[in-house]
Amino acid sequence: MHGTTPTALGSESNGSHSVAGAAAGTHHPAQAQDATPRLRGDLGVWLVILMELLTFAILFVSFAFARTREVPLFNASQATLDLNAGALNTVLLISGSWCVACAVAAVRRNASVAGARWLLGALACGGGFVVVKLGEYAQKLASGVDLSTNTFYMFYILLTGFHFLHVVVGMLALAYLWVKTRRGRYGSHDCHALETGAAFWHMVDLLWIVLFPLVYVMR
Amino acid sequence: MPAFSRTQVWLILLAITATTYWIGEAGLSGHGSMAPVLAMFGLAFAKGLLVCLDFLELRHAPALWRWLVLGWLALVLALIVLAYWISLR
Repeated sequence: MHGTTPTALGSESNGSHSVAGAAAGTHHPAQAQDATPRLRGDLGVWLVILMELLTFAILFVSFAFARTREVPLFNASQATLDLNAGALNTVLLISGSWCVACAVAAVRRNASVAGARWLLGALACGGGFVVVKLGEYAQKLASGVDLSTNTFYMFYILLTGFHFLHVVVGMLALAYLWVKTRRGRYGSHDCHALETGAAFWHMVDLLWIVLFPLVYVMR
Repeated sequence: MPAFSRTQVWLILLAITATTYWIGEAGLSGHGSMAPVLAMFGLAFAKGLLVCLDFLELRHAPALWRWLVLGWLALVLALIVLAYWISLR
């Protein structure tokens, strides 16, 4: 019943044609693929994602435990952050993730034009995030904050700065995928690269979901 | 956990974000109280769960990968809550 043979880790390019879909006649190839457990995206990139999650976990937990030693300082410094900007950026990343998920679904239906539009939507969300974050950094820089100001700001700059770099890398990947999708490069026969870029972008969203309440709200 | 449509997931994520924002805006998080912090990170877990299962499509991935990522999320959030609890001692 399988169009492809999943490996032990279940992540191989599903570029092959689905025998199941063709044999059943009524099933879309993508649906036949969905029936078998499979990691969406490239295994190598998923291993990178695991490493990123581990690195950020160390940063998140270090922030939380460093805070236990200087609670008043962390609370006072956090009060200077713009909660509105943090929340707006959460909305932008969540919406960007939704756009990418819709893009992947559209491409699996061979709707490349719609898929490319969704990717453009995701890029717009990412662009919005970058603008808001740069605005925040400019404001902090103008008020004389830097890495050595105090422990809170050191973590704030490290955590959000490292995350910001991931947003930029994710946007570069999305821009590349947008060009390829527009040209009809991906479809139900092959959307491996698109799924890989999508996985990275969702990871960026997942990291912010932990970062926002931790850095901006918890006091 | 039931499967929602992509748009339903997005709307739920937005609603949860609005709740977290409200907790921050109303200054509920703090005053040495565990409840709002537990609620906030419980909501963050729900958000992460939706992103992992529906956007990252780990719902359809081999169980090992699903548990690795969800385990990461649960462990990180639990350690953050533990650190907050320690800060109240």
